Parts: sequence; structure tokens; C-alpha cells
Amino acid sequence: MKDNWLKQGYIDVDDWRKDMNYPSEARRKQKAVAAIECFQEIPCNPCRDACPAGAIVLHGLVERPKLMEDLCTGCGLCVAVCPGQAIFLVEERERHARITFPYEYVPLPTQDMMVEAVNRAGETVCQGRVLRVAESKTMNKTRLVTLEVPLRWADEVRSMKRLEGDHENG
Amino acid sequence: MISMKQCELLVVGAGPAGLGAAIEAARLGVSVLLIDENDTAGGQLFKQIHKFFGSKEHYAGTRGFQIGQALLREASALGVEVMLNARAVGLLDDGSVAVQYGKDLIQIQASKLILATGAKENAITFPGWTLPGVMTAGAAQTFSNVYDTLVGKNILMVGSGNVGLIVSYQLMQAGAHIKGLVEVLPAISGYGVHAGKIKRAGVPIWTKHTVLEAKGKRRVEEVVIGEVDDQRKPVYGTQKTLEVDTILLAVGLTPRVELASMAGCRLGVERILGGHLPVHNQEMLSTKDSVYVCGDLAGVEEANTALDEGRLAGTAAAEALGYSDAKTADKKRCLVEGLHDLRMGTFGEKRLDCKSRVIEKWSCV
Repeated sequence: MKDNWLKQGYIDVDDWRKDMNYPSEARRKQKAVAAIECFQEIPCNPCRDACPAGAIVLHGLVERPKLMEDLCTGCGLCVAVCPGQAIFLVEERERHARITFPYEYVPLPTQDMMVEAVNRAGETVCQGRVLRVAESKTMNKTRLVTLEVPLRWADEVRSMKRLEGDHENG
Repeated sequence: MISMKQCELLVVGAGPAGLGAAIEAARLGVSVLLIDENDTAGGQLFKQIHKFFGSKEHYAGTRGFQIGQALLREASALGVEVMLNARAVGLLDDGSVAVQYGKDLIQIQASKLILATGAKENAITFPGWTLPGVMTAGAAQTFSNVYDTLVGKNILMVGSGNVGLIVSYQLMQAGAHIKGLVEVLPAISGYGVHAGKIKRAGVPIWTKHTVLEAKGKRRVEEVVIGEVDDQRKPVYGTQKTLEVDTILLAVGLTPRVELASMAGCRLGVERILGGHLPVHNQEMLSTKDSVYVCGDLAGVEEANTALDEGRLAGTAAAEALGYSDAKTADKKRCLVEGLHDLRMGTFGEKRLDCKSRVIEKWSCV
């Protein structure tokens, strides 16, 4: 896993399915749950401190975070605080999945907009409907976008294609 | 005419290390003068619009410029005197520091000196590298995040360290297209999660690739990149031409040792930490007993280690000046342990080895 991830800049979906933080099927179908895609030992622990449920276990500073999926409420506070933007929310319904990811580009999508849902490599895999664009003071300008996509893309969709728009002087 | 100024502690450089040093020394009662050559304090912090790594103590999850604002507020509340547009141009024979301040030259006499002069960006050369449109990644970041000016629309980034990855992300936020990122090594050298962000935005990352040539009449119009072999030699027939207007170099940093060297601090060489650097002890004292060093000057790392090294240097300098309290020894111990923790894990361990060697070299002097 490590070789590929460091050469290409993202984890293969099969490796993600084998990862310790890949939420169980039962949990994914129950309600939204954090998918923590943080694979290196880096000195960083704000996800643990942000979690009101104590669902993220991380001793010291450099250990990889470990999710206690039964404690996770799917609130998304860790998604917004993670400086690596390495945490997502997944929720599997009967035919659709809801994927929540951090988004820091403008223009922002709006509710019910159909957008191109992309995988970890930035490739468009399907269309997604924007269910929600959440922001709050705690999130400090990071928006959380929730997309509804066909269920089979649940493990793949992790962002959306940037929208075209006037962008002079950022 | 040269005017004179005196203070107990002079801190040169108001980035995270210098601010950390000034804050901790002032907290213990030292009168601190903090100078910086730029027109704002904060060093690189004010260019950093992304959320920082680390722990609560390092303001993790807070954006860099907001950390800069918090540190400036703290320094000001503690009575640190900040002099901006003040460039330390050299050390005089009596140990005082010559400072160019506007049109004036000021001679500053301090009992203790903390150098937090940071690092400068490296460059690599290739045919066409002098064309307008080739610049360092940090320069592009300054243009974009401080002066609201995008240096180009279609960009090739060279180097996959955290600077290359983060600046790529930020320039996309500002509306640029990153046409690709080349890395001469076989693997991405920065944090995987930073690479993940630009991958999701569709940026091609080519490892074992380098820039072969920049082409253009008046400025960069195209770049030729190619694969390299294990000896980093270009592999014939692998060239690709990309239409870009800008080539950004994120190929490492080198400590700015000039003042430390003039002060007579013994230098050592640690390649992983950026090359020549002043050797220092565990409390950031150089081989001169009135000169402390911290931050990227003492070995290129990142903002959290710089801040804590600064705090440690400031505390140690204050103690040497006779200012300490019941908590000082404990504070220093916590900072030393915290720095050790920041240097754990996949990325930190090599730096930890280097730092141990630097400290050992100090004790051999």
C-alpha cells in the first residue's frame, strides 16, 4: 500500500477497504460515520480534540488516529478541523450514498446542484447531487459539502470537480 | 550619523521562532527588542492560509495567519518592542548589531542576542530558467496570499515537499491551474494528505521526473519535463511538453546563517536540515555564550518546531539574564519534550537524529 500511496498521492480503494479505519458495513448503513484516511505518522492530533464523543483515539502526537465507530455520531467536526483534509463522512442508504468532504474553493456549490463527483485521483466517476453546504464559525471557512451519489461509488467519491467561475485575484 | 540603542535582549527576525522567543523572554520580565526587515511581523505565518498541523498548544486546526495574529497580540500585551523595516546588516566588533532602519543606521547593543533569521528558498537551474515566469514557490505564495496577485494561470510546480504541495493547493484556491507537479525522487516527499488534496483536484504528480527546459520568447510559454533514472539522469524519449506560463520551484530551503557566522558561532552541516547551520545545545545556545539560535536558522523544519525552539531560546536567554521563576525549569523541560514529540513519526525521525548530532557537536566545542 505504502509504495503506491507515496508514488501516486492517494490510496487505492482496495487498500482503503483493508484499512483499520474503514467503517463496518453495518455502521455505514446505520448513519453517517467518519472515514479517517490518515495513513502516515505525522505530528498532528486536532481531530481527537475536536470529537465531542471521544470516538477518535490517538495517544500523544504522531500516532495514527483510530476511530471507535460505535461512538462516532457523524457530526463532522473532525472533517472540518483536519488540516490534512483527510477525513470524510460516509452514509449508505438503500440505493444512494451520502459523502461529506471538506471544500475550500470558490465558487461554492449550492443545494440541489448536480456536480461531477470525483475520486481520490480527481477523476470524475459519476454525477452527484449537492444535499448540503455546511459552514459555521467553528469550521473556520472550511465548508462541508454533502453529495448524494449512487451507492456503488460510496468508497470512491471523495470530492467534486471545482466549479468554473469568476476568480480574479482569489 | 549612527544612533545607539540598548536593550537586554535583541531578537532578530519576527517569524514564529522570533515571536516565540520574544514572548517567553518578555513574560519573565526581560526588556525585549524584536526587529524584522519586513513591514509586518509574523514571518511566513501571514502567507499561510491553510490550517496548521500539531496539537492544541500549537494552535492546530487554526490557519497560519491567524496564529500570527495571536502571537502578535500576545507579544504586544507583554510589552515587546517591535521594530519593523529594520534589517540587521551585520555585527560590529564590539558585539553590537548594525541595523538599517529606513535611511538610518542604528547600532543596537544587547546583553543577549537571539537569532531567528529563518531560511531562504533554493533554486535549480535548467535551460531557460532565467525567463520571466520562473520563480520560487514561496515568492508566488507571497504574491498571491499577501498581495492578491496571481503570478500565472497555468503552472508547473517543481518539488513535492510540503511547500510544493501546499502552494499548489493555495494557488488553485486563488483560481490558477496546476498543470502538474514533478518530483525527482521516486516518491512524494511531503505529507501524503497534502498530496491527496491536490490529487482530488486532478493535479498530475509525476515522480522520478524533472524539468528539462523552459521555452518562450519573452516569458515562459512551455516547459519540457522528462523522466529520470536512478542516477537522476534524464531518460531519452520520455520528454513531455506542457503549455504553462509559470514554473515554480519548491526545491528546499537553506538556513540564513550570515549573522550567526559573523557572530562567530560554530557552524555544522546537516543536509536534511538544509545545509550549514549554527550548532547549538539543547536550550538553543550557540557556541557563543550570548547568542541563541532558533527556528529554520537552526535547521529547516516547520512552524511548530520553530515556535517551540523560539520559546525555549527566549526562556533560556531570560534565565541567563537573571530572570526566572519557580516554573522556568519545568517550562524548559516541557518545551524540550514537546520538540522531541514533534520530531517523532515517519517525517520527524531523521530530523531528530540530525538535531541530536548538532547538540553533540556543540558539546565537543
